[in-house]
Amino acid sequence: MIGRIRRALRYGFEFIEQPFERLFGPALNPLAQLGALGFFFFWIVVVSGIYLFIFFDTGIERAYESVEYISREQWFHAGVMRSLHRYASDLMVVMVATHLLRQFAYDQYRGVRWFSWFTGLPMIWLLYGSGITGYWLVWDRLAQYVALTTSELLDRLPIFGEPIARNFVFTGTLTSRFFTLMVFMHIAVPLILLFIMWVHILRISRPKINPPRTLAAMSLVALIGVALWKPALSQGHVDLAMVPVEVGLDWFYLPLYPMTDIWGRGGVWEFLGAFSLIIGLMPWLPPLRRARAAEVDLAHCNGCARCAEDCPYEAIRMVGRTDSLPFPSQAQVNAALCTSCGICVGACPSSTPFRRSEELKTGIDLPDFTLKELRERTVAAAEALQGPARILVFACEHSGAWRLDEAVHLPCVAMAPPSLFDFVLSRDLADGVVIAGCAESACFSRLGIAWTKQRIAGARDPYLRARVPRERIATIWTSALATRQAAADIAAFTAKIAALPRKKLRLPRAPNPSSRSNDEHLPAEAGSAT
Amino acid sequence: MMYLRLAGQFVVIAALFTVVAAFADWPAYRQFPRGSAIVLLTFVHGADRKAECRRLTSQEIDKLPPNMRRVQDCPRGRRPIYVELDLSGRAVFRESLPPTGIAGDGPSRVYQRFIVPAGKYDVAVRMRDTARVAGFDHAREEAVTLVPDQMFVIDFRSERGEFVFH
Repeated sequence: MIGRIRRALRYGFEFIEQPFERLFGPALNPLAQLGALGFFFFWIVVVSGIYLFIFFDTGIERAYESVEYISREQWFHAGVMRSLHRYASDLMVVMVATHLLRQFAYDQYRGVRWFSWFTGLPMIWLLYGSGITGYWLVWDRLAQYVALTTSELLDRLPIFGEPIARNFVFTGTLTSRFFTLMVFMHIAVPLILLFIMWVHILRISRPKINPPRTLAAMSLVALIGVALWKPALSQGHVDLAMVPVEVGLDWFYLPLYPMTDIWGRGGVWEFLGAFSLIIGLMPWLPPLRRARAAEVDLAHCNGCARCAEDCPYEAIRMVGRTDSLPFPSQAQVNAALCTSCGICVGACPSSTPFRRSEELKTGIDLPDFTLKELRERTVAAAEALQGPARILVFACEHSGAWRLDEAVHLPCVAMAPPSLFDFVLSRDLADGVVIAGCAESACFSRLGIAWTKQRIAGARDPYLRARVPRERIATIWTSALATRQAAADIAAFTAKIAALPRKKLRLPRAPNPSSRSNDEHLPAEAGSAT
Repeated sequence: MMYLRLAGQFVVIAALFTVVAAFADWPAYRQFPRGSAIVLLTFVHGADRKAECRRLTSQEIDKLPPNMRRVQDCPRGRRPIYVELDLSGRAVFRESLPPTGIAGDGPSRVYQRFIVPAGKYDVAVRMRDTARVAGFDHAREEAVTLVPDQMFVIDFRSERGEFVFH
């Protein structure tokens, strides 16, 4: 059931994301920057809030007048700031909601990712707490409606001895100190929210908390434009003798308030409780079954820290050496944080399929899918290739090529060390290599695409050697649902390789008689094949 | 071409923000039909204790720990309050309000809204907060005219022992 909902949502997201990807490109696609944009709008809210606080008066009579002064007489700076404050807050809700749905759709909330998902739940509550206390401060008719409905909702809980809603039905019961309290809450709640936002990204390596500058600049200019076009205004002074019957609701922050008239206050609390419970339990409905965590083989680890650098989830840290090898540090895996994506295997300089040791080993490896097994699968897949252009596909299990039987499947394409592509081409196992990963703006392992691109471009260790003909390597970034697109791209690359002249191959290296070759089962060396 | 693409990106972002700004206060929400008013019955009031204080016998006092000995035993629990509200002769509220608190020693409370068409009403409210089983300890009747959207509040002031209409 959940799987079907997830799949339907994913289709929906991909339908929307494709035109966005075409227009913005993967780097600027707002749908791939939802978390970063959420942070960005938070900072706009903070800066504009501090500015507004200069003009705001916390007196019971002066609160409304001070906000009117901001919006009417000082509209060109403070009024714009008020609109920025309002709309950036609304956009933050939009970003959070879309981010939550997208993480769910792409199944990026289970397993070790439960922590970020789970800490997102208090963020939602705090975000709404921040917004609702903000609406209260304006002390207009909307504030009266918000105050009355919120206090009626709170009175439903067995916390307060006297109904607090009684404070908002008589004139003369409220004092200025109440506004001081609300201002305090409107500052304290966002501060707690900021703290939880920090906790939210604690277990993520290189979290994106700032959108690209171009996107940020465009967003800010657009926001100012909207603020000038439709300034945020108050809805008339509070009159406690009259009911705020008709109010212009902020449907991002207050959609549940009208529901109190339909479901009743108890019904709204039941909905909120059920929503929180379901969201909180989602990572375990059902739990994600992952392969065993990566393991370090100290005999092959020189403490270079590349695996720790490349891990997308901070699962690897460098610690003092525990063996007698003359290196200062060694990698240590925190199994509770490891997603078994294999990116660390691809980052390890020991991960070279050219090694002729007794058994192919590397410094860090996946126990359920070792580098040795990867090389064996590569060789087996290559042996099955036929035709004028033999194309070997390395497919991420979350990419559009995941269904290709003849492909070598990986948890993430960045698990394949660049030397593996060199191995395939230099040993004439294939005429071309396709690296098929996730859609560029939705890498399942967060950094797999970025690291693969940088390694091939020679911008990140371990580099793809210069001798490897780049025209014989293609990268295809498609989502798991875009199987036809992936197949078409592979077919196009196959045709391109078929049109290329036959590649020149280096001569085979003389076998080392002192060690048993691990390549006994490999096809003939490149030289003999020509 | 690059500027054209940037312009396209900006237009999309601005359009999205415009939609968000539009839903920031539109469409308006109306709580109840036009021409209606709210009668709100709300107060917090503690009824009499369930029983009078009783003088302890000397044997009972002796049984108590030395540091907790007292002359009287006063039960904490309060009685429920019984309230009736009629609008132009129509009974709209008849309820026994239990005391609050784990020990049942807190005041009773009520917060009940009635949406009614605007117009003239004979408002009659009665309350029983003592051990009596018939009749009422406090009552008030008054003819009021409710204008559309008015919030008419029926309160009870314990210190004065009377109902107050706002």
